[in-house]
Amino acid sequence: MSNVNPYRKSYFNTQPDYLYPAYRSTLKRAPTQPLVQMPQTLSEITGPLFSARDVGETESDLTRQHASEPLGERMIVSGRVLDEGGRPLPNALVELWQANASGRYRHPVDNHNAPLDPNFTGFGRVVTDAQGNYRFKTIKPGAYPWRNHYNAWRPAHLHFSLFGQGFAQRLVTQMYFPGDPLLEFDPMVMSVPDEKARQRLVSSFDWENTQPEYAIAYRFDIILRGRDATPMESKR
Amino acid sequence: MSLLLTAAQTVGPFVSIGFEKQAVPNVAAAGVAGERVTICGRIVDGDGLPVTDAVIETWQANAYGKYAHPDDTQEKLLDENFKGFGRVLTDAQGGFRLTTIKPGMVAGPDGRPQAPHITVVIFMRGLLKQLMTRIYFPDEAANAGDPVLGLVPAVRRTTLIPTKYADGVLQWQVHLQGPNETVFFDY
Repeated sequence: MSNVNPYRKSYFNTQPDYLYPAYRSTLKRAPTQPLVQMPQTLSEITGPLFSARDVGETESDLTRQHASEPLGERMIVSGRVLDEGGRPLPNALVELWQANASGRYRHPVDNHNAPLDPNFTGFGRVVTDAQGNYRFKTIKPGAYPWRNHYNAWRPAHLHFSLFGQGFAQRLVTQMYFPGDPLLEFDPMVMSVPDEKARQRLVSSFDWENTQPEYAIAYRFDIILRGRDATPMESKR
Repeated sequence: MSLLLTAAQTVGPFVSIGFEKQAVPNVAAAGVAGERVTICGRIVDGDGLPVTDAVIETWQANAYGKYAHPDDTQEKLLDENFKGFGRVLTDAQGGFRLTTIKPGMVAGPDGRPQAPHITVVIFMRGLLKQLMTRIYFPDEAANAGDPVLGLVPAVRRTTLIPTKYADGVLQWQVHLQGPNETVFFDY
């Protein structure tokens, strides 16, 4: 096999550049030489595949990893993983990590003066079903300060990591909350030039998935790179 | 139908909360066919300081040059016990260590074979999206004809080829910036 069906490149302005000076850490870490353009080969269009067998059933519930429940607003976060062509991606591994309700991470580098929660680790994972659906139960994280600039605050967010079907689809992103006044002051959000692409990072309130007397819900669909033509019939 | 691609965002400084437990530092279990290799190295930033909060992920073919993936239709042997995915985090010195097997050659563009290589993505605080690169192998005659290495300016190719030490360990330094800046790809 010599010619592969490649994944699309992203549209202009829909992805951040490596260098974005307002986010200070990019200054010493962004490449300075031009990227070497290369065609996708078998090595890029393939990638690690996962299945529900790889993940425990309870790993998508971040509220049940300790003796008691964590503090904070319980929420259901769910959505679909699709490619740019609208095709659902089954068996996509979705990993999530986040701060606790006070805006503190269970991590030695986080010295924010906010309480740790002994009942919250802040990591979960799940594999999408046949229709590309995923669902987590967790608590709403708090906003927290960081030292990027004077009085800098990160809007509340969840970190998401995704594996599609090819390494070229690999994505790490962040989910934000609707109506958060901190969004427009956040260099990470603002590093995405296109307004619609920024909006894609903001979840929507999800009335249908709320659980009365128990949890509110947000919806966050995630779109990975797609291909222009129908992929070749596969053997497996 | 065309949906807008979700934008990448940085992993931030706290990625190890989840990924430490999901690390895969040993890519090839005992019994997997192939020459065992250990790849060690360090990631340094534009000031030469170690990057202590990076995640390196690797993807590779098995020793026969076959990917454990249905889109690889090459008629080559699959190894049931080999997935080919690795994930390591850098330590307090910016160092990492991955053990695996040397992959075989796989088909490349226009039917030209590709020299043995490992596909690499790197995430860290300060990277708004992942870096994409490759690891090739030293003392590998096929490197000279590799269609992807051939796209890299000759003076920079060495940044993709680790150095083999006397103990057999491969040393691969990743320089994010500077005169020895590692080659990063776009595809």
